[in-house]
Amino acid sequence: MLRFVPIITLFFMVGPVSAGLIGTILPSFGTLPALGGDGASLEPWRTLLAQPGLDHSIRLSLINGLAATLISVVIVMLFCAAWQGTRVFRMLQRLLSPILSVPHATAAFGLAFLIAPSGWIARLVAQVAGWDRPPDLAIIHDPLGLAMIVGLVIKEIPFLFLMTLAALPQADTDRTAQVTASLGYGRITGWFKVTLPRIYPQIRLPVLAVLAYSTSVVDVAIILAPTTPAPLAVRILGWLSDPDLSYRFMASSGAVLQLGIVLVAMGVWIGGEKIVGALGRNWAVDGRRLPHDGWLRHGAAILAIVAAGAVILGLVVLLVWSIAGFWAFPDVLPRNFSLRLWAREFDALGDSLAVTLMIGVPSVLVAIALVLGCLENEVRTGFRPRKRVMWLIYLPLLVPQISFMFGLQVFFTLVGLDRTLFSVVLAHLVFVLPYVFLSLSDPFRALDPRYGQSALCLGASPNRVFWQVRLPLLTRAVLTAMAVGLAVTVGQYLPTLLIGAGRFATVTTEAVALATGGDRRMIGIYGLLQMMLPFAGFALALLIPAILFARRRGMGGNNRI
Amino acid sequence: MRSFVSGFAVAASIAAASTPMSAVADPAPDVGNWQSVLEQARGQTVYWHAWGGEPRINDYIAWAGGQVLERYGVEVVQVKLTDTADAVTKVLSEKTAGVDDGGAVDLIWINGENFAAMKRNDLLFGPWVEETPNFDYVDVAGKPTVINDFTVPTNGLEAPWGMAQVSFYYDTAKLDSVPKSAQALLEWLAKHPGRFTYPQPPNYMGSTFLKQVLTEVVDDPKVLQQPADEVDAQKVLAPLWGYLEDLQPLLWRNGQAYPQNGAAMRTLLADNEVDIAFSFSSGEVSSAIEAFELPDTVRSYVFDSGTLGNTNFVAIPYNASAKAGAVVLADFLMSPEAQLRKQDPQYWGADTVLAMDKLPADMQNAFANLDLGIASLSPAERGTVLPEPHPSWMSLVETEWQKRYGVVQ
Repeated sequence: MLRFVPIITLFFMVGPVSAGLIGTILPSFGTLPALGGDGASLEPWRTLLAQPGLDHSIRLSLINGLAATLISVVIVMLFCAAWQGTRVFRMLQRLLSPILSVPHATAAFGLAFLIAPSGWIARLVAQVAGWDRPPDLAIIHDPLGLAMIVGLVIKEIPFLFLMTLAALPQADTDRTAQVTASLGYGRITGWFKVTLPRIYPQIRLPVLAVLAYSTSVVDVAIILAPTTPAPLAVRILGWLSDPDLSYRFMASSGAVLQLGIVLVAMGVWIGGEKIVGALGRNWAVDGRRLPHDGWLRHGAAILAIVAAGAVILGLVVLLVWSIAGFWAFPDVLPRNFSLRLWAREFDALGDSLAVTLMIGVPSVLVAIALVLGCLENEVRTGFRPRKRVMWLIYLPLLVPQISFMFGLQVFFTLVGLDRTLFSVVLAHLVFVLPYVFLSLSDPFRALDPRYGQSALCLGASPNRVFWQVRLPLLTRAVLTAMAVGLAVTVGQYLPTLLIGAGRFATVTTEAVALATGGDRRMIGIYGLLQMMLPFAGFALALLIPAILFARRRGMGGNNRI
Repeated sequence: MRSFVSGFAVAASIAAASTPMSAVADPAPDVGNWQSVLEQARGQTVYWHAWGGEPRINDYIAWAGGQVLERYGVEVVQVKLTDTADAVTKVLSEKTAGVDDGGAVDLIWINGENFAAMKRNDLLFGPWVEETPNFDYVDVAGKPTVINDFTVPTNGLEAPWGMAQVSFYYDTAKLDSVPKSAQALLEWLAKHPGRFTYPQPPNYMGSTFLKQVLTEVVDDPKVLQQPADEVDAQKVLAPLWGYLEDLQPLLWRNGQAYPQNGAAMRTLLADNEVDIAFSFSSGEVSSAIEAFELPDTVRSYVFDSGTLGNTNFVAIPYNASAKAGAVVLADFLMSPEAQLRKQDPQYWGADTVLAMDKLPADMQNAFANLDLGIASLSPAERGTVLPEPHPSWMSLVETEWQKRYGVVQ
């Protein structure tokens, strides 16, 4: 039975993506019978290529995605190199982990409320400069998309940081640092020359997932990116919701093109890796110590803290907006406060939280069961999946959502499963599984095999070893993985709306629907509500082990498990 | 806590209701025989797909749902959309998959291009509207748009629900006088560059502004009532592009960026980034003041030669699962009682589709006694209602706008 779990798991991820892609590719070549598209034709592609500013949209998606990824990776690597093993490092670790539970859109709104010409920073400046009007400056929706890059970077830093954190123990970093330091290397140089080459392969797939996400992101782009024209993914969504139904064909071609852009971005990135690798090999052995890196170390710390601070300050501004009365520019605070909207939303809140959990709990439970099955199977058979299989696990994170979700909707309708809880959970599972796998596989594999071996020698059955030895030892990791999974399902917008035919009103679908009304107070309320469940999940993942193991020092927080 | 418990009850009922598609097809209701419609509707659940961006409107829909449940045993669930076209897409993908019965969408809040597209692609159930009891109160003679949606005859495929008319608004604490025509707006903007903008087309508020200008600058507005391909469209549109040539550089951010919808434009006014904004309902401005979104010194006005007006509707897809229930709900929405509450800015503040002289005396009084709100315009203040151009003009203007101004870099 256990033998089949990895295959089933892969099927849950690869199946929907493939079905969805087929449902997207066919219309892009003119096949969509309901709209009279019966034959094969290149017309949708011709229409797509004739769209004004298409080249600009492509460039925006490609370059901004690459830039956001590069900046995030550089900041995270520099910070880890500069501060690993110090108090500053642990402090930031505590700061960044909760930020992981902030949905992208919430962070983006927070940033916008902070840096926009009428935002909070401008209001502070206005006090000194005496402005009574916001400056006529395109700070968000700026032509180059810089605001979007910043919005992506502040959310990707925590993700990449935690991924790096998971990889660090396997590189024996502390002793490596001692050796490089004793040879006279600067902290950063030593880390980049010796540790980075061992860490990078471990975080390469997460980095590519960040790249794929950044190149095809929709929500952050709507909030922060330029609109004349917008990045490609945003325009595809616009075409899909155009009343002129013939746009559907072109939108499908656009979705295929979007997939192509992601592939090109990955090609560029991998090419860049090769160049950096080649140059790095010479640099690593050129013997230069570069010990005076204090300015760079502090620079890295400042960047990381500013990034985390922007998210946190953004949340504070969201909170203030959610209770604001009329709040004119350039007032630093609203003239009066009101809990009216919170009170009004309170009833609806219970419903949407319940629906969110109704989808989230089964998704997370199925995901954790499958992932544990896969990993346990590895332990018993001693068979570790090869690199290529890992790529398959990442597939749902590498293929842009917009490229396969619409196709998947048609597929589910075709087999008569749309708008059922079953199919919504299935659609969520596609995204929950990879993240649960990612966060659980390292701690599971890192668990000392001698615990299990001892138990087996004492006559315990493999099942008993799993339930009574491995699982209890891994409580903390399993709960964290579940919290990650919950955060992922709570954040899903397109899958919930499309596959559920809008019948599953989760906190996120409600938040996005109300955000189109544009009232910052509602955006504030639902932005914070969206965070609530993931945050509670992570809090429980910390709290439960603390209670369970209160009397077991060996299972304490500093234990590696 | 109570709401959380009831939330689980809702969740459980959704889970129960969302078993895989029922194979039982919903027979088309015989609307002429109203009693049979009511019988068929009892016990049905109507999934009403309606834009969900405005909490007040959501509350109104919830109220209407409660009334229909109490009176006729029809349950109503609002599916909150970010864009009406999502519902159109849903029906379309069902048609693609051959789901001709038991579809997900029972009722759509709709008008204009979306209706035209659904009608053209045979995605609607009907005709049914003119046989419903409350349609008798509808002001067909006085408000021709209740049966002509952007000039497209509704043919009884959609029931009128509300009237909308463009009105502009500004903060009286900041401006003394306001421009009252497209031409005056241009002149005013030349003196106050950057203090006006419009939502980026193809957002419908933005397109509406372009159509308003078009209607004012075109040589003969009657042309716009015909489909664009029946006339020399280039020539008809030339004055519009001439106007925009002058207007664009004077816009907020020099026309390099735009608010994405009417709500974002309202926020710009609240932040003192622009001086004049517009909406499809002056009642909406009153309620925005009530919700602290705008200062209480904001007031509405219309252009001297009139502003565009239209009607919004509800329609039933051809493959709806609860057609009878949807018809009963649509009929209730046209009832004097529901329309009265809808016009009350305390609840919503949108104009009625009914003819006052057809109503019973007590309802006439109730409408006359409504307090419309501080920034709302009374019917008398609203001036001339200009007809919407045929939808083909909108598509044409949007495409051409995108070419000329949609790519600034």
